[in-house]
Amino acid sequence: MSGDGRTAVGGQVGIVLVSHSAKVAASVAELARGLAGGGATAPVTPAGGTPDGGLGTSSELIARAAHAVDGGAGVAVLVDLGSAVLTVKSLLAEGDELPGGTRLVDAPFVEGAVAAVVTASAGGDLDAVVAAAEEAYGYRKI
Amino acid sequence: MLDADFFRRWLIACAALVDRDAARLTELDSAIGDADHGSNLQRGFTAVAAALEKEPPPTPGAVLTLAGRLLISTVGGASGPLYGTLLRRTGKTLGDAAEVTPARLAEALRAGVTAVAELGGARPGDKTMLDALEPAVEALGSADAPFAAAREAAERGALATVPMRARKGRASYLGERSIGHQDPGAASSALIVGALAEVAAG
Repeated sequence: MSGDGRTAVGGQVGIVLVSHSAKVAASVAELARGLAGGGATAPVTPAGGTPDGGLGTSSELIARAAHAVDGGAGVAVLVDLGSAVLTVKSLLAEGDELPGGTRLVDAPFVEGAVAAVVTASAGGDLDAVVAAAEEAYGYRKI
Repeated sequence: MLDADFFRRWLIACAALVDRDAARLTELDSAIGDADHGSNLQRGFTAVAAALEKEPPPTPGAVLTLAGRLLISTVGGASGPLYGTLLRRTGKTLGDAAEVTPARLAEALRAGVTAVAELGGARPGDKTMLDALEPAVEALGSADAPFAAAREAAERGALATVPMRARKGRASYLGERSIGHQDPGAASSALIVGALAEVAAG
């Protein structure tokens, strides 16, 4: 990573992982933290499923997670599909539900989460974290 | 002229119709979706009706904005942000007027439907709620008996989704197999427009 992609002052970029399933969100968070290596891992919070434990998307859990990981350096939100995408988009359109500097990232969920957490943990700023996650689309497997 | 109480009654009527038809909506959704449309909307509109019965906001715009916000936070499926955006954008377009004309409502709903299309990235013909909402808003803006015409247009639009192939959302994964089923979102849109006509008729 280049020097100008690092955060000069303030905390690390926070990451929120939104899935229809609480288990998927929590497991991907665990995986991404585990692959981030040593040192201070960037704050990652899963926001999966509905508040009553069902499959779905909860704007309340998303907003709570975003505020929990917000250290002033911005928040990158990764989502799985459907209502997760639409809910985050509509929360961003609302203007006051999510911390300032919150961005929806267009990235594959698992690979993007790993790239985002590794980059944020290394001190990358919000642009660098978003770019790293989005680059995950370019990673071909065969 | 339509005042805050008219909009409050519209949304409470939506809750009643969704309640009545929840099983049918879920049934439609079990054919091409994940079988939760009825119960999701029921949860959302029940929360909206409860909030509006407890403390109704003073203007049409504020009623719709509150309802939209509640749908986004309580529905739990894609219809939450979509209907939430429809009502919120319509409410914001109405501003803080104490009363609005039907023509002004038609104009604001047009802005709301445009916002839904932008959020979901769908177009008419994609087998979505837009297939009921677009013709309804069109009818509301032009006809002599605008509310009844809007209801009829929405119902016709919802039925017209049966032979369509889904291009958005989970149903799109089914490809050809989505043909032959009515889109649940178009069906619930017809209910919401139907509730508007019901309340307008008094």
